[in-house]
Amino acid sequence: MAIDFGAIAPELVLTATAIVVLLVDLVLKGDAKQLVNPIAAIGAVVALGFTISLWGQERTTFGDTFVVSQYTTVFKIIFLVSLLAILGVSWRYFAEGRYFQGEYYFLLLTAFLGMLIMPSARDLLLLFVALETVSLPGFAMAGLRKRSLYSSEAAIKFFLIGVISVALMLFGISMMYGFTGTTSLTGIAQSLGQWGDSPPALLLASLLLVIVGFGFKISAVPFHFWAPDTYAGSPMPVAAMLAVASKAAGFAGLVSVTFIAFEPYAEVWAPAMAVLAILTMTLGNLVALQQRDMVRLLAWSSVAQAGYMLIPFGLAISGDAAVNMAAVQAMLFYIAAYAIPNIGAFGVVIAVNRKTGYRSIEDFAGLGVRQPFMAIAMSTFLLSLGGAPPTVGLWAKFAIIQAGAQAGTTIAWVLMGFLIINSVIAFFYYLRVVWVMWMQAPRDSIAPVRPGLNLSIVTAALVAGTVVLFVLPGLISDATSITDLLAGG
Amino acid sequence: MLNDQGWLLSLALFMPLIGAAVVTVVPKDREGLTKQIGVFFTGVTFLLGVVVAFGFDYSRSGELQYETTVNWIDAIGARYHLGIDGISLPLFVLTGLLTFLCAIYTTKIIPSPGKPRAFLALMMLLQTGMAGTFVSFDLVLFFVFWEVVLVPMYFMIGMWGGPRREYASVKFFLYTLFGSVFMLVAFLSVYFAAGDAGIANPWDIVELSAAAGLGTSTFQTFAFLGIFLGFAIKVPMWPFHTWLPDAHTEAPTIGSVLLAGILLKMGTYGFIRIALPILPDGAMRFAPLIGVLGVIGIIYGSLACLAQTDVKRLIAFSSVGHMGFVMLGISAMNEVGIQAALYGNIAHGVVTGALFFLAGSLHERYHTREIAEIGGGMLTKMPRYGALLVYVSMASLGLPGLAGFWGEFTALWAARSPAEALVANGYSGLYLGLVIFGAIGTVLTAAYFLWLIQRVGLGTPSARWRDEPLADVMTVEWVSWTPLMVIILVMGVFPAVIFGVQQDAVTNLMVFITG
Repeated sequence: MAIDFGAIAPELVLTATAIVVLLVDLVLKGDAKQLVNPIAAIGAVVALGFTISLWGQERTTFGDTFVVSQYTTVFKIIFLVSLLAILGVSWRYFAEGRYFQGEYYFLLLTAFLGMLIMPSARDLLLLFVALETVSLPGFAMAGLRKRSLYSSEAAIKFFLIGVISVALMLFGISMMYGFTGTTSLTGIAQSLGQWGDSPPALLLASLLLVIVGFGFKISAVPFHFWAPDTYAGSPMPVAAMLAVASKAAGFAGLVSVTFIAFEPYAEVWAPAMAVLAILTMTLGNLVALQQRDMVRLLAWSSVAQAGYMLIPFGLAISGDAAVNMAAVQAMLFYIAAYAIPNIGAFGVVIAVNRKTGYRSIEDFAGLGVRQPFMAIAMSTFLLSLGGAPPTVGLWAKFAIIQAGAQAGTTIAWVLMGFLIINSVIAFFYYLRVVWVMWMQAPRDSIAPVRPGLNLSIVTAALVAGTVVLFVLPGLISDATSITDLLAGG
Repeated sequence: MLNDQGWLLSLALFMPLIGAAVVTVVPKDREGLTKQIGVFFTGVTFLLGVVVAFGFDYSRSGELQYETTVNWIDAIGARYHLGIDGISLPLFVLTGLLTFLCAIYTTKIIPSPGKPRAFLALMMLLQTGMAGTFVSFDLVLFFVFWEVVLVPMYFMIGMWGGPRREYASVKFFLYTLFGSVFMLVAFLSVYFAAGDAGIANPWDIVELSAAAGLGTSTFQTFAFLGIFLGFAIKVPMWPFHTWLPDAHTEAPTIGSVLLAGILLKMGTYGFIRIALPILPDGAMRFAPLIGVLGVIGIIYGSLACLAQTDVKRLIAFSSVGHMGFVMLGISAMNEVGIQAALYGNIAHGVVTGALFFLAGSLHERYHTREIAEIGGGMLTKMPRYGALLVYVSMASLGLPGLAGFWGEFTALWAARSPAEALVANGYSGLYLGLVIFGAIGTVLTAAYFLWLIQRVGLGTPSARWRDEPLADVMTVEWVSWTPLMVIILVMGVFPAVIFGVQQDAVTNLMVFITG
C-alpha cells in the first residue's frame, strides 16, 4: 500500500511548518520571536499552493480512508485562507502581549492540520483523530492568557465539555463498529442497508451519539453552552478561530458522517437536525439580542449562524442525491461566505480592543468619526452576517433558501419560516451595533483606535472580499456547485 | 439604432455609482465641490435617461429595448438581463429626474448634521438600486437591486432623520427585509417550478411570463402569497403600512421625496411586472383580497389624515390612501386597471414627491410641522409658497386637469368591470362595493386636503408669525420644484403622454395574465 504523498502535500507542509515554528521560537530571543508569524504565513501560502494544485483531481490514499476531491479542496481552501486571515489579526495581538508566541502559532497550525484532514477523512477513526487534532490545541489556546481568570475558565469549560463530547462520540463509534463491522464511511452506508426499514433502536442511538459529538464542535443548541464563555475568555484571535475555522471543521466532519455513512437513515437524523437547527438559530439570536459585550454578541451570533448552517442537514432525503447534493453545496457556500465577515468582525473588535481593552458595544460609539475605515468595515461585516447587500451574506442566505426550495418538503418550509423570522431578529442586534458606531457620539476622552498596518490590510482584504463576492458570487458558487461529495470516496 | 445599444442603459444605471465613488474621495472640507459633483453626476444620469427615452422606439413600446444579456452566476443560471419597455421607461426617467432635483435641492438645504459627502453618496447608491429594479428582467438581478435600496435608506433616515430616527429606520429596515425574504423564498420556488416546466432560463422574467402559468394552482397560490408579502409591504398596503408614517415623519426631506416618489413604486411595479404575469392563477385568486385591502387603505388613509396634526405625517398617510387606489386598479385585473395603476403610480410619485419637498421647506421656515402651531395665513405671508401648496394639494386630491385625477378616476372605472374570471366567480358585487367605497374615499381625500389648506393657508397669520421674516420660495426651490409642477399639469391635461407609452406593453402583459 503505497502512500500518495501528492495527495497529502498540504497536510505535510503544515506539519513541517508547525515543527519549524516551534524550533525557531526556541532559538530566537525577544522581539525576534515575532518572526514566527511570517514563517507560519509562508507555510500556509505554500500549503495553499499545493491545495490549489490538487484542484479538480480525485485521489485516494491510506486504503481509501483519505480522499482528495473537488469537495475537499474547496474546504481546504476555506481553511487555509481563514488561517492566513487569522495570522494577520494575530500578529500585533500576540506580539504586544508577549506571551507564548511560538506555542500559540504551533498550536494554531496543528489545529489547522486537523481541519485539513477533516473533509478528506472517510473513516470514523480518521475523523476522530482529525477532530481531536483540532480540539486539543484549541483547549490550550483558549487558556493562553493564563494570568486571566476568564481565560482559564474558558479553557477549562471548553476542555471538560469537549472531552465529554468526545467520549460520547467514541461510544457511538464503538457501537457502530459493533453493528456494521467496519469503520469505513461507505462501508457503514452499505452495511446499514441490511436492516431496511426496521433498524434496532441501539443502532439509531449510536448514530445519534456520533452526531452529538459533532454537535458540540459546531456549538449547536443544546450543546452550545461552552461557546460564549470560551469565546469571551479566549484571546480574541483564538475566538475568531473557534468561531470560524474550528466550526467549519465540525461541519466538514458532520457532513461526512451524515451524508455518506448514515445516508440510508436520513429520515431519522434529518428531522433531528432540523429541530437542532431551529433551536440553535432561535436561541442564538434571542440571546444575542441581550448582549452588551461585543465578543459575546459575536459569540451568540455565531451560535445562530451555526443554526443556519444546520438547515441543509434538515433537508436531507435518503436516496435523493440531487437534494442532498444541493444541501451540501448550500452549506459549503454558507461556510465560505460566513468565514470572511466573521473573521473580519473579530478583526475590528481586536483593533478597537487593542491597547484600550474596550469591548462593550458602547465603546464602539462614534467609531464612524474616530476611525471611519474600521466603522465601514464593521458595518459591511455585520450586514454580511445578517445577509443584506452589498455583501456576500445575501448569497449565503440565498443558497440556503435555494436548497430549501429544492427539497420542498414540509420540514423544508418550516425551516424556511424560522430562517425568515430569525434573519429579522438578527438584524435587530446587528443594526444596533451599526447604529452605535455611526449615530452615537463617542465618549469624551476615549482613547484613539490604532489598528496597525497588518490588521488594516487584513480587514481591507476581507471587506473587499465581502463586496466583490456580492457582485460576483460565481467565484464561490462555481467551485461549490461542482463539488461532488462522494467522488472518489 | 440607438435603442439596441444596451450599454447605454447600463451606463445610465451605474453612473450614480461612479458618482458615489467620486464623491467619497473629495476632501472633507470641500463641501461646495462635493455638492457640485453630486449635481453633476445626477444631472448626467438624468441626461442619459433622457437620451434613453429619446432613442426609445415608441412604435414598439411593448418590446424590450436597450437589451443586454450577460451570463452572471452560472451555478444557478442567473443572468445580467437589462431592458426597458413602455412600463419601465416612465419610472426609469422619473427616478433620474427626482434624484437630480434632490441633488439640486441639497446644494442649499441639507439636513443636520450636514456631511454632504456621505449624504450624496448614499443618495446615489439608492438611485442605482431603485433604477435597477425597473430595468432588471432577471429575478435574481431584480432581487439584488431591490435589496440594495435598504441600506442607504436606513442610513439616510438613521443619520439625518428626526428625533425618533432610530426607531423609524430600524422599523423600515426590518419590515422590508421580512417581506423580501418571503419574496426570495417564493422566487426560488418559481425557479424550481420553471426548471420542471423546461424553461431555458428559469430566472428570466420575460420567459417566465410567456410560460403562461407555472405549476399547479395550489403552487401558484402559495408562491403568490410569498411575493405578495414582499411587494405589499413595500407599496405599502394596509395592514402592512405601519412602517411608512414613521419612516416618512423621521426621514429628511430628500429621504421622504425619494421614498414616496420612487421607492414605493417598486412594490406596485413588482406586482405588475412579476407577480401578475408569472403567477396569473394566484393573482386571480388574490385579486379580490388586494382590492379589499386597497379600498380599506383608501378609507383608512384618509380618515387617518383627518386626525393628523403634523403636516408631514398627514402626507405620509395620504400615500397609504393613494397607493390604495393603485392597488384597486391592479385588483381589477384588466387592461384599464393596470393602466390606471401605472398611471397613478407615476402621478403619486410626482405629486407626493412635490408635497414632501413643500413639507420640508415648511419645516425649514417654521421649524415645526404642527398644523396648529403654524396657524393660518400662509397665502398672505408667503403667497408663492402658499400657492404652490394649494396647487399640489389639488393635484393630490384628484382635481381634474391635474396629474392625480386620472389614476384615481380610471382605477374606479376599471374596478367597475373587473376581469371576466372575477365576474364568473361572482365577485362583481364585491367590486361594485369597492367602487362605491373608493368613491367615498375620494371625497374624504378632498376633505382633508381642503381642511389642511384652510388651516394653514387661509386666514391671517397668527401673532407668532406675523412679524417673523419668512422667506418665500427661494431660487433653489424654484429650480428643483418647477419641473414637477410642469409635469403635474402636463400629465393632467395630456394623460396620453403616459398612457400612450405604456399601452402596448400593458396589452402584451394582459395576454400573459388573462391568457
